[in-house]
Amino acid sequence: MVGAGACGEVPMLWTNRDRAAALPTPVPADGRADGREHPSNAPLSIHDMTVAYHHKPVLWDIDYNAVEGALIGIVGPNGAGKSTLIKAVLDLVPRASGRVRIFGKPYARQRHRVGYMPQRESVDWDFPVSALDVVTMGRYGQIGWCRPVTRRHRHAALEALDRVGLADLAGRQIRQLSGGQQQRVFLARALAQEASIYFMDEPFAGVDAATEKAIIALLQDLRRAGRTIVAVHHDLQTVTDYFDHVLLLNMRIVAAGPTREVFTPENLQKTYGGKLTLLDKAAEALAQADAP
Amino acid sequence: MNWTALDSWIVLAGVLSAVCCALPGTFLVLRRMSLMGDAISHAVLPGLAAAFLLTGSRASLPMFIGAALVGLLTALFTQALARHGAVEESAAMGVVFTSLFALGLLMVVRAADTVDLDPSCVLYGALELTPLDTVRLGALRVPRVVPVLGGVLAVNVLVLALFYKEFKVSSFDPELATTLGYPAAFLHYLLMTLVAITAVACFESVGSILVIAMLVVPGATALLLADRLYAVLAIALLAAVASAVLGHVAAIVVPGWWGLDDTSTSGMMTVVGGLLFLGALVFSPRHGMLSRWYRRSVLALRILEEDVLGLLYRLEEWRADQEGSAALLRRALPARRWMRWLAVVRLRRRGAVHWQGAALRLLEPGRHAARSLIRSHRLWELYLYRHIAIPADHVHASAERLEHVTGAALRHELTETLASARRDPQGREIPDES
Repeated sequence: MVGAGACGEVPMLWTNRDRAAALPTPVPADGRADGREHPSNAPLSIHDMTVAYHHKPVLWDIDYNAVEGALIGIVGPNGAGKSTLIKAVLDLVPRASGRVRIFGKPYARQRHRVGYMPQRESVDWDFPVSALDVVTMGRYGQIGWCRPVTRRHRHAALEALDRVGLADLAGRQIRQLSGGQQQRVFLARALAQEASIYFMDEPFAGVDAATEKAIIALLQDLRRAGRTIVAVHHDLQTVTDYFDHVLLLNMRIVAAGPTREVFTPENLQKTYGGKLTLLDKAAEALAQADAP
Repeated sequence: MNWTALDSWIVLAGVLSAVCCALPGTFLVLRRMSLMGDAISHAVLPGLAAAFLLTGSRASLPMFIGAALVGLLTALFTQALARHGAVEESAAMGVVFTSLFALGLLMVVRAADTVDLDPSCVLYGALELTPLDTVRLGALRVPRVVPVLGGVLAVNVLVLALFYKEFKVSSFDPELATTLGYPAAFLHYLLMTLVAITAVACFESVGSILVIAMLVVPGATALLLADRLYAVLAIALLAAVASAVLGHVAAIVVPGWWGLDDTSTSGMMTVVGGLLFLGALVFSPRHGMLSRWYRRSVLALRILEEDVLGLLYRLEEWRADQEGSAALLRRALPARRWMRWLAVVRLRRRGAVHWQGAALRLLEPGRHAARSLIRSHRLWELYLYRHIAIPADHVHASAERLEHVTGAALRHELTETLASARRDPQGREIPDES
């Protein structure tokens, strides 16, 4: 947990009112967002979500509405819950409370409209599959249970590989790709999902500058085509260049909105400030109460 | 060798068990949970023993289902202990399956007084005895294990064929599989169910310990030989069949060499499987120790050849008609004697060096190659010195490694970065691009 230890000065708690003001889409200023106020067409709408690991909350009270066709960066220190936010939205980790809607419906009914690119380290690259095999997995959702992969889907996968510039490496076993190429294979797999909203966990991790440029160009293409992209991002230097919206996260949403309005030194200070808030203390207390 | 119908039945039962195990087993290996097979194959014992005590027979379907359920419980208990009991997962597995196995063993010892059941069969199985226990199948009397193993094999083939792509994606990337609507947890327990029914079916013929080898070894062998999932599965099945057939033959033949009687077929199947694995480990074209050694040697030889050229070039720089000698090479280039010899022989055959008596000097093609190498070396030294701020007396060793992997394109980039570089940090001239 970031900032544990220093607790001399406790900044004012982030109130619902403040957060509502920072939201990209208008939400009633009194913050009593009870679902009806969430715009039903938003590609992603999170209402009052809390996520806990072993009773210790790692995300508090997340309220967020994504703007359609935006490239949104999730930015925050290590342990801020950036990956957890994505995983909780995708039902990969259980939510303690709260509700998530994708284009107005629960995620389980909208899987086909959602693409996911996990962290590269999350899989075993010695697995006996080719680059094309991995990208084809992006089509599995459209293929459905027990149905075989047809030529049409393999063709779509090959096209996705071509878009990331790896068509000629389609037959390679994935261990024989460089780190940057592996990352592009994952990106191609997300592209092959042909989704309306994409969640990407550190798409730029461990790639060289040229690959990073190629990836961001593709993401911007997607955005121009009306897709929404939510990506965890680490490099503060490039946030303003890459993302038109940001979500500053440190266990709670510190600020969210258009990058030029929200990505300010004060907000960054609040996100990375390293001061314990009362929420941190409460989380610690909850974890302690459960400990033997 | 005296082959009878009995031997054919034994081999058939062996092949069926091995193939049955290899299918789900390969996925266990792929998911890095080989030990789960170990755990489940042990944990089915109390289920079997309880059914023994209750029904007094070995042939009932409820017993089969009960044992498989207990096997599946192992997977569930392990998960539950790991998640809610704050116990590390492999420790949880160790606690669960040994406890269940011990419970089963106690029950077997208890039952042994009343039912004909041999604790050692529990561990090693009794493949040789399976043809004696027959059932009528149409007009044919076949060993009871054949339809049982055949049925389980059919289930394994059917489920894995039906859910092939689902198992593929959830083994590779469980999170993606879950988001695509193929819940990784469901597929995990489906696989565990297959492992459990397989373990129960094979228990009688090969015993609880050898089942583990049959689950894990073919898949591990195949993974050394292939890098596509379908090929891995095909090779695993081949290895399973081969170890069963060769295992039985070896069980009959090999002890004869020392004038002994036949030995345990299931034991020999496992030994043959282990030997096949060893063969793959050594001879696999890509991951094998032999091919890795060969690739490393080829690389070492190329580097040595380049070093010889570099040395001769530096000698020429020092004094225009200076020749090298075997003694000099020995002092300057530490390597095995035959490697050094081979390097020089290959260089001479390529026309890179002239070698007569003890004297060694560069010919034009060799000089050409050496110039590029020395240029790479000195450019790297300069780069490390200027751009990475490594002291001038420390750059040689790194440049010595980098020079062997620097092609014309990278050298060009270095040249661009180090605009108009003439001399390296020690003041030696950097030769022009040849």
